Amino acid sequence: MTTTDSPQLPATPKGPPSRATARRRRSGDTERGFSRVFRWIATGAGALILATLAAVALFLLLRAWPAITASEEELSSAVGRYPEGTSLLEFIGPLIFGTLLAAVLALALATPVAMGIGLFISHYAPRRLAQVLGYLVDLLAAIPSVVYGLWGFLVLAPVVKPVWFWLGDNFGWFPLFAGDVSATGKVLATVSVVLAVMILPIITAVSREVFLQTPKLHEEAALALGATRWEMVRTAVLPFGRSGVISAAMLGLGRALGETMAVLMIISPGFLVYSLQILAGAQHQTIAAYIALDFAEATGLAVNALIATGLALFLITMAVNMIARAIVARRKEFSGAN
Amino acid sequence: MAQRIDVKDVNIYYGDFLAVEGVSMTIEPRSVTAFIGPSGCGKSTFIRTLNRMHEVIPGAYVDGSVELEGVDLYGPGVDPVAVRRNIGMVFQRPNPFPTMSIRDNVLAGVKLNNRRISKSDADDLVESSLRGANLWNEVKDRLEKPGSGLSGGQQQRLCIARTIAVKPQVVLMDEPCSALDPISTLAIEDLIQEMKKDYTIVIVTHNMQQAARVSDRTAFFNIAGTGKPGKLIEMDDTATIFSSPSEQATEDYVSGRFG
Repeated sequence: MTTTDSPQLPATPKGPPSRATARRRRSGDTERGFSRVFRWIATGAGALILATLAAVALFLLLRAWPAITASEEELSSAVGRYPEGTSLLEFIGPLIFGTLLAAVLALALATPVAMGIGLFISHYAPRRLAQVLGYLVDLLAAIPSVVYGLWGFLVLAPVVKPVWFWLGDNFGWFPLFAGDVSATGKVLATVSVVLAVMILPIITAVSREVFLQTPKLHEEAALALGATRWEMVRTAVLPFGRSGVISAAMLGLGRALGETMAVLMIISPGFLVYSLQILAGAQHQTIAAYIALDFAEATGLAVNALIATGLALFLITMAVNMIARAIVARRKEFSGAN
Repeated sequence: MAQRIDVKDVNIYYGDFLAVEGVSMTIEPRSVTAFIGPSGCGKSTFIRTLNRMHEVIPGAYVDGSVELEGVDLYGPGVDPVAVRRNIGMVFQRPNPFPTMSIRDNVLAGVKLNNRRISKSDADDLVESSLRGANLWNEVKDRLEKPGSGLSGGQQQRLCIARTIAVKPQVVLMDEPCSALDPISTLAIEDLIQEMKKDYTIVIVTHNMQQAARVSDRTAFFNIAGTGKPGKLIEMDDTATIFSSPSEQATEDYVSGRFG
């Protein structure tokens, strides 16, 4: 902004200027009329986000508090699912695990495909086809999650069942595919596939936009060195898009973590187990689906327990976002922003 | 390490639009050839046809022939990727890869096609290329720092180092100094003088003093008007072009009189 408050100004003998003067200086004389109004609007919008976030966090914490402080006996008598002598943490732990497992698997399935589609649209497809494809991918995002749930339940589960059996028979030694393969197909693996389809559009859309913004200069630099198309993508486009793709993946992960309806409709839930066996039935449940499943019938302390579970989800999502930011920031020096 | 280029009857198109018409010229090895002319006359377009970078733009194509030591670069079965390995290019604005360190930038071309290179060979190549671009002394202590942290002139020399690291026959430079300050420009011009011992160099420049300072031969391009194709007006020894050109248009241009 203005340079009037820069340190090279001679300091007044009576110490730093008062707060009011400093503020007047900072906003300067250039701000009047609409410029000032706009500044208020922008500041207000920024503050609103913080206020909303704080309100949600406060609500979760206050309503979860009775459950957090309750004894094991109180919990198991209030909540039907809590066996005798189960603490809140022992109950929520497996739910967190199930939520993360489903979301991470979905992300692992969706990200490579989304990057492939994004690259195809931005650098390989003829322009006409690229537009149509981009539009179709965006349409995927418009499908309600309840429809995805129905599709996963009625169509996908029967179709992938033979695949799950094949995986279980041939790769049963791999921890993820161990255990008895469910005969219904309503398992975490199926949920992950549905979640992957659901987060595909957002990751694709963001990756595509990022890839399209690769500076022509860098692409031509690679080509002029004798790069093939793929090498040009590898040396210029992917490094440029790296942080954007990570952000896109985190947006997708956020959706996968919080997805309720599709998971609820597909999975046959299991509680109190930490299980990697994604092909076996009754092994997992996610936080969001669990809350939706039990909320209608919960009263009193049971509601607080559910909200405590929601608080856990809130914290996970926040942690995921912070980690993603840290990853992006770590190589900031090489981002080309300087 | 340096080869001759023969251009015969080249027409250059962007889709239906004829951008440059009927260019024929010979570019001698181990010399500096400068292209001068007003904006939009097609000199940048033309230099990009010499390493098949022109066709990167959708709808752009070339007819006629461009021969490198008798081999037509536009002949059937010629891979543009191989052409660009032989004929390197330095661009108007410095474009080191921002996500790579200085060292990786120099090695970028060498590492393409999954070619393996031992650590000591890589170290030698980085040093010799950076020395070749007069940049070694300035960056030898920070090879792992990002290339984008250098000054503009240093970045451009890094791009030259990257280009010569793949050992091309010819180095094309498209207004390499237009984004640089006079001191960096001088550094690049000195470098061009040294490089011509080993390479065939072609440079596009808007700066006639620069053409006069660095080049052995100069080609003057001109355009009759907007929408008309650019043409090669004449090409001769630089001294001749700037003292007694055979065409009136050339004389008008180099002496600063137009029209």
